[in-house]
Amino acid sequence: MVQKLDTLEETPSQTAGPYVHIGATPNFAGIGGIYPEDLGLKPFPDDAEGERITIRGIVHDGTGTPMRDVLVESWQANADGQYGPGTQGWARLPADQENGIWTLETIKPGAVGAMAPHIALWIVSRGINIGLQTRIYFDGDDLSADPVLARVEHRNRLPTLIAKSDGPGSWRFDIHLQGDAETIFFDM
Amino acid sequence: MTLIPRARAQHPLAYAPGYKTSVPRSPKLALISMPATPTEDTGPVFGQSMLGELDNNLVLNLTGDPAIGERVLVHGRVLDQSGRGVPGALVEVWQANAGGRYRHKKDGYLAPLDPNFGGCGRAITGEAGTYQFLTIKPGAYPWPNGPNDWRPAHIHFSVFGHAFGQRLITQMYFEGDPLIPRCPIVNTIPDQSAIDRLVAPLDMNGSKPHDFLAYKFDIVLRGTRQTLFENKKEGM
Repeated sequence: MVQKLDTLEETPSQTAGPYVHIGATPNFAGIGGIYPEDLGLKPFPDDAEGERITIRGIVHDGTGTPMRDVLVESWQANADGQYGPGTQGWARLPADQENGIWTLETIKPGAVGAMAPHIALWIVSRGINIGLQTRIYFDGDDLSADPVLARVEHRNRLPTLIAKSDGPGSWRFDIHLQGDAETIFFDM
Repeated sequence: MTLIPRARAQHPLAYAPGYKTSVPRSPKLALISMPATPTEDTGPVFGQSMLGELDNNLVLNLTGDPAIGERVLVHGRVLDQSGRGVPGALVEVWQANAGGRYRHKKDGYLAPLDPNFGGCGRAITGEAGTYQFLTIKPGAYPWPNGPNDWRPAHIHFSVFGHAFGQRLITQMYFEGDPLIPRCPIVNTIPDQSAIDRLVAPLDMNGSKPHDFLAYKFDIVLRGTRQTLFENKKEGM
């Protein structure tokens, strides 16, 4: 028998379930008094430099229904293309429980190396067995040299990763888990 | 440091029709594989100073009066795939009460709420990656999947390592629970040895006589490696 590798296997994922908000955003879930406030309410302090933007979106299931119990987390660089420090650049975006819209009020990220400005998303909910990774890019930016986008074989799917402007400083980014407009999800 | 690729065979399938909600909520197309970039290799860092004194004590943290049920200490380490403890990792938990009822407006199960049990807790791992929670063992509960499906007793865990690409949500089960092999959510994981790694053994040595029992649950996050022989940068 050959030697054994001294590496461990990653703990398997399980769905976050319908009550993820109890653990992740208890105040949002109506459980007050345990934590002073929920984590990840905003990605940057009010005095952070950069262009203020708002991104809104809906996560749709395979029938086109908005997922009102979804939890999205975002992670991005600051306006200079730097990550951190601390929790800066990270936010938690519970969907509105009536209409399923999540809202990210943030700063337009700078380019990171050769990568065009982007925001990473991690999506969990009931029915999602392992968190889904995707990215928001921005319409109007030069995306031609981005090394991640360059490796997507089916170029007709790229628009699923590109937010569209719907007003000054306002962007829209919808996600489709299945169907004709299925969003690109990554294994990165 | 850069993340090594995730071994997807250790994880549940996205489309696992025994768990009905996964049917419309699983991508049909393949994931696009890429090496991790600085976006995945970095992540938020949480400081101990954000924690309140009772944040990891679910028995007391809602009202200060003790919740009803089987008192258990859940403890373990957060490790990377090299077996090294991951210090400074935020671990968040949530669960039902002793009767299987969640404090959530969408949970209409007839078992009552416990006025002294909220159901959430959090901790940040110490130097060796250690964490602990004092809680009430959650009850099993029925759910609308099959006509008579019951979740095993479980605690949900959300873990942050040092990188956004390590982000993990999972569930911990309790040793010996006969509902585990019957559960469609457990069985979204095809590999039995992977399922076994979600089952916490009873740990009598960690218990405190006349006070609480203990269960041990270690969590392994996706590993990192030094960036050796990577002088071809490819712009990443």
